[in-house]
Amino acid sequence: MQYLVSVIDDRTGSATSDEMAAIDTFNDRLVAEGHWVFAGGLASPSSATVIDNRGGEALFTDGPFLESKEYLAGFWVINAPDLDVALALAAEGSKACNRRVEVRPFLEE
Amino acid sequence: MAGVREAITQAHQGEWARVVAALARRFGDLDIAEEAAAEAFATAVERWPVDGVPPNPGAWLTTTAGRKAIDRIRRENKRDDKQREAQRLYEDVPPEPPGAIDDDRLRLIFTCCHPALAMEARVALTLRMVGGLTVPEIARAFLVGEAAMGQRITRAKSKIEAARVPYRVPSEADLPARVSGVLAALFLVFNEGYLATGPGTDPVRPGLTAEAIRLARLLRALLPWDGEVAGLLALMLLTEARRTARVSASGELVPLGEQDRGAWDSALIAEGHRLVRERLAAGVAPGRYQILAAINAVHTSARDVRDTDWSQVVALYDQLVRLDPSPIVALNRAIAVAELDGPEVALAAIGRLDDALAGYHAYHATRAELLRRLGRGQEARTAYDKAIELAGNTAEIVYLTRRRG
Repeated sequence: MQYLVSVIDDRTGSATSDEMAAIDTFNDRLVAEGHWVFAGGLASPSSATVIDNRGGEALFTDGPFLESKEYLAGFWVINAPDLDVALALAAEGSKACNRRVEVRPFLEE
Repeated sequence: MAGVREAITQAHQGEWARVVAALARRFGDLDIAEEAAAEAFATAVERWPVDGVPPNPGAWLTTTAGRKAIDRIRRENKRDDKQREAQRLYEDVPPEPPGAIDDDRLRLIFTCCHPALAMEARVALTLRMVGGLTVPEIARAFLVGEAAMGQRITRAKSKIEAARVPYRVPSEADLPARVSGVLAALFLVFNEGYLATGPGTDPVRPGLTAEAIRLARLLRALLPWDGEVAGLLALMLLTEARRTARVSASGELVPLGEQDRGAWDSALIAEGHRLVRERLAAGVAPGRYQILAAINAVHTSARDVRDTDWSQVVALYDQLVRLDPSPIVALNRAIAVAELDGPEVALAAIGRLDDALAGYHAYHATRAELLRRLGRGQEARTAYDKAIELAGNTAEIVYLTRRRG
């Protein structure tokens, strides 16, 4: 089963070199133990564009769809047999990137 | 007829959790387990008065509930999905090492009290799935509308399914933390029964304290080696023992020092003391519930309030403060200190808690009492006013109002 682990951030500027090193170590472990699916860091929310093509003509709006103090700074998609394993991995991930994270299951099938 | 009713009540108390837990394991779905168990008991209510009580009511209920579950799965035409699902869940449950606790009810309790669920959801789900209370009963217990309570339980069950909360007893490394999550939920149920927080209910609700004790007994039977489980059960028993002496005929809360100790339940006290002695003999450093139980054992050992060994109570609170340096523990310690070293020392000790506990009625009630003893009447009245304003329990408000004068 797959889980999305979202990294919640309220600071500007990307991770420090210590945090990057800890994230790399954590990622290696995810790969080695078969939990790795995908992961990535995101550019700041101000670089986002919202697109609405429900009306026939695509409308582009500058900025994120939601303005908030906290935003999605990156994510992991992991494989885990159940929520306990996912939570334990997410706790490691939170420590590695030094930020709060949210765990959310993907819909099955 | 009376015998049949009695048998049904007994079966409900003794077998509900077992039936739900076995179904949850077999079908991998709490929803189906809950509904099929409820249907099986409804069938018992219909059939037993006609056919007689079966020789093994538990087995009859499990078999009947199993059939109801299969009927429902067929009805919903989700048979293939659910069977595959059941198969998956069954495979996921790792084989227990020899000697490990193997009881579906324990799996059910840990699933209902999973740390990924909000505390209010854990409490509601545990009362429904393990305690067998109906949704309207739980809604009344927590002064929540039936629809809202039903939704709370449904949402919790959906999260368990969607996020795949595992149906198993946690690993040994995780067990202490997970047990403490279960104990917190049971203690919350007990406390709501012992000192109801709302103005719309009876000040003490024996139905809730009894249910909490029943669940704590079950947990104790399943985890007999766990000191904190024994501690919480002892704490509940020693508190429950004083229940009838706790509210006067006129509906006023009676503080510990003024209770008629002859009205205390000596059987519950004896059972509580046995558990506390058992923990002392174990020689393992006690957790918070064991210390709280020991404090209550000291109180219930004194035939007269003047015989209370206050130095022992303060020593136990010192031990608790080291484990849990929270302001509420410090407040309760100060109440014992007042008896040992006088109200002035106690007042100085709680002076530091003002920032943290300004919104807590017991803080102001304690301050008021200490100020009154020191003859500072005007300040005492102001503190009583604040306590009355913040208190929710009706019997306690009556007591504080009289005390204010």
